[in-house]
Amino acid sequence: MTVYLQPPTLPSRRHLLSIADLDRADVERILETAEGFESVMDRDVKKVPTLRGRTVINVFFEASTRTSSSFELAAKRLSADTMSLKASGSSVDKGESLKDTILTLSAYDPDVIVIRHAQIGAPALITRHTAAHVVNAGDGKHQHPTQSLLDLYTMRKSLGRLEGLSVAIVGDVLHSRVARSNIQALKLMGASVLVVGPPPLIPRGIEQMGVTVSHDIAAIGDADVVYVLRMQRERMLEGANYVPSLREYTALWGVTSERVRPDQLVMHPGPINRGVEIAPDVADAANSRIVDQVRAGLVTRMAVLYDLLSEPTSGGREAALRVVATAGQEVA
Amino acid sequence: MTQRLFRRSGEDTSLLIEGAHLVDSGSGLEGVPADVLIEDGIVTRIGGGIDAPGVERFDAAGMTMTPGLVDPHVHLRTPGDEDTEDVGSGTQAAAAGGFVAILAMPNTQPVVDSAPVLSGLIGLARDQAVVPTGFMAAITLGQEGRQLSEMAELADRGAAAFSDDGRPVERAGLLRRALQYSRVTGLRLSLHEEDPSLTAGSHIHEGAVSAELGLTGYPSIGESVMVARDVQIARHEGIGLHLCHISAAESVAEIRRAKELGVEITAEVSPHHLCLTEEAVRGLDPATSKMNPPLRAASDRAALVEALADGTLDCIATDHAPHRSEEKEQPFEAAPNGVIGLETAFAAVYTHLVAPGLVPLSVVIERMSGGPARAFGLPVPALREGARANLTLWSLGESRLVAPPYVSRSRNCAFAGQTLQGRCMLTIADGAVAHRLVEAVR
Repeated sequence: MTVYLQPPTLPSRRHLLSIADLDRADVERILETAEGFESVMDRDVKKVPTLRGRTVINVFFEASTRTSSSFELAAKRLSADTMSLKASGSSVDKGESLKDTILTLSAYDPDVIVIRHAQIGAPALITRHTAAHVVNAGDGKHQHPTQSLLDLYTMRKSLGRLEGLSVAIVGDVLHSRVARSNIQALKLMGASVLVVGPPPLIPRGIEQMGVTVSHDIAAIGDADVVYVLRMQRERMLEGANYVPSLREYTALWGVTSERVRPDQLVMHPGPINRGVEIAPDVADAANSRIVDQVRAGLVTRMAVLYDLLSEPTSGGREAALRVVATAGQEVA
Repeated sequence: MTQRLFRRSGEDTSLLIEGAHLVDSGSGLEGVPADVLIEDGIVTRIGGGIDAPGVERFDAAGMTMTPGLVDPHVHLRTPGDEDTEDVGSGTQAAAAGGFVAILAMPNTQPVVDSAPVLSGLIGLARDQAVVPTGFMAAITLGQEGRQLSEMAELADRGAAAFSDDGRPVERAGLLRRALQYSRVTGLRLSLHEEDPSLTAGSHIHEGAVSAELGLTGYPSIGESVMVARDVQIARHEGIGLHLCHISAAESVAEIRRAKELGVEITAEVSPHHLCLTEEAVRGLDPATSKMNPPLRAASDRAALVEALADGTLDCIATDHAPHRSEEKEQPFEAAPNGVIGLETAFAAVYTHLVAPGLVPLSVVIERMSGGPARAFGLPVPALREGARANLTLWSLGESRLVAPPYVSRSRNCAFAGQTLQGRCMLTIADGAVAHRLVEAVR
């Protein structure tokens, strides 16, 4: 009979793989921690010693500009040791499996591994092979929880609340991890969500996540926030004919200045396809929060790293604020 | 008559099993305690207080004896992927699960589409198989759906049936030809029902869970439209066929309607589709929850259980599909389809369907033994005097945690981590002991 080597027992760790891992109090705490870090950004020395001696490894198996840069900068601003690995140019090119890459990196005893991967379930897989906290920085069409947290942060900062907000998510919901995370996050915080797009790009069964569905762009008129999704051509199956053409998509569902009012907030997770899902003047208008979202990404990801590495029982918010309050003196 | 099941030569056993409860609806037995005497591989006496001096005795008080189980859908991965399973390990796993006969699918490397490959497998079975094993041959060369295999020659060399399992026969015209030709071979076609234009890129059932997880969905109609097509072809030709691993309520409705019309079809369902739903996918562990067809909604599961109970579904088949651990230790989307199930099939069905009172034990045994045997024209195991001993002894009260090591070479078990009730204590296949946990009493 075959004798199997049993994997070593891994300690139970808090991970952030999905918005479903969080409850409302967790989200409140993280958003308030992020707000606390905001003041650090206004200082001359934009760095606090909070995570000195900790190690954060970013592993990006899929192209990313804003997520990878903001995680790296977030770790640095918290004084953690950090390194970022991209799939190309690594052992992955030599055929190394994800499991083996993670076992290798885990030999350095990182406190946090941040992973972006094109395939759903990659972050869940690595939790079975590392003792580090795992943060999902986007896995295929599944989840992108830190994007949702920064979006909540941006909405709350602009509108003062989340409870009772009406948010319209427009476009390619089928291929969007951001849509899935945001639906869960917004529902968790008491907002209502409408999804709008071509029928083939609205997944069957999405109503069971508690959203309403419309295929008419006029339905966004009642929303406080119009959240525009990118047409994800790279994830679409060849020949699937989700829409007849991008031209027809833009004509029917493109977010143009005729379709949004100045009192509605416009958001987009980026990168944007100007002139496809969003008109250039809408992206650049005063009610657009696209650049604010990027800035929010930095403080939110600092808050997530801090939150995972602080004891859940110690009152994260107070602790975080205390850290921020004393940080200036320590650095000075 | 051409031999279609093969095993290594084993000693015809003689023993006396005392006091087990006998369950065999075919023989009119519904839990009667009795002694069963087996002499030289034949059941010679069933009754009370049998005395057989010199014969080894088992005290089976509190245990249940049933006809041995028959699995018409096993992947033995031989030839080509013997690291995950071979004829020896696969048939040992079958014996440990209470099976006395299995049929292996031909989607191997190379595909079983020619007499030499089939003959090689039959040779291996004669050398290694601890339970009688039949080999299906491919309907089309390379299972590519273009050119029929030489079905008459394959039938003559001992093929048990024909299947392109793993893939559908996509072109209706070709399936029609294969079905017409099965008049010549007298052997059944076993069909994997899937319309690839509806299931491209899919990983799990299309429904609430796929919407939430973002995994591309395999809609129920991806299966049921092919079922509808193929039962119409069978009706038109007046020839029976067998449908593999039915998973969707819509398919059940098509089968029920076809049977009412008198179409001679049989259909199977797997233990995992009977016991689990799409909710099992949420952990994103492909080793336990990724297979084709996928685990479906609770309403589908309920329809399958009802159809099993009323006979619309004739057979339970494991679709035992071993994979190496490095293939399954990948992100969900990258991992291959399939779970192993020979060792857990009965216990899973007993725990999830019999113990809660959804389906009687005697019906489950019929669907796991006589049903599949009749569908493929194999000998029907029976607890009857004069019959060759094909029987299994169960300790129904015993619960065990499903965990490695398994008898199978692979570990991708759908029920890993569950505690299942019902343990196989003894399997006698074709008169020989194939699996044994009970000790003789002197």
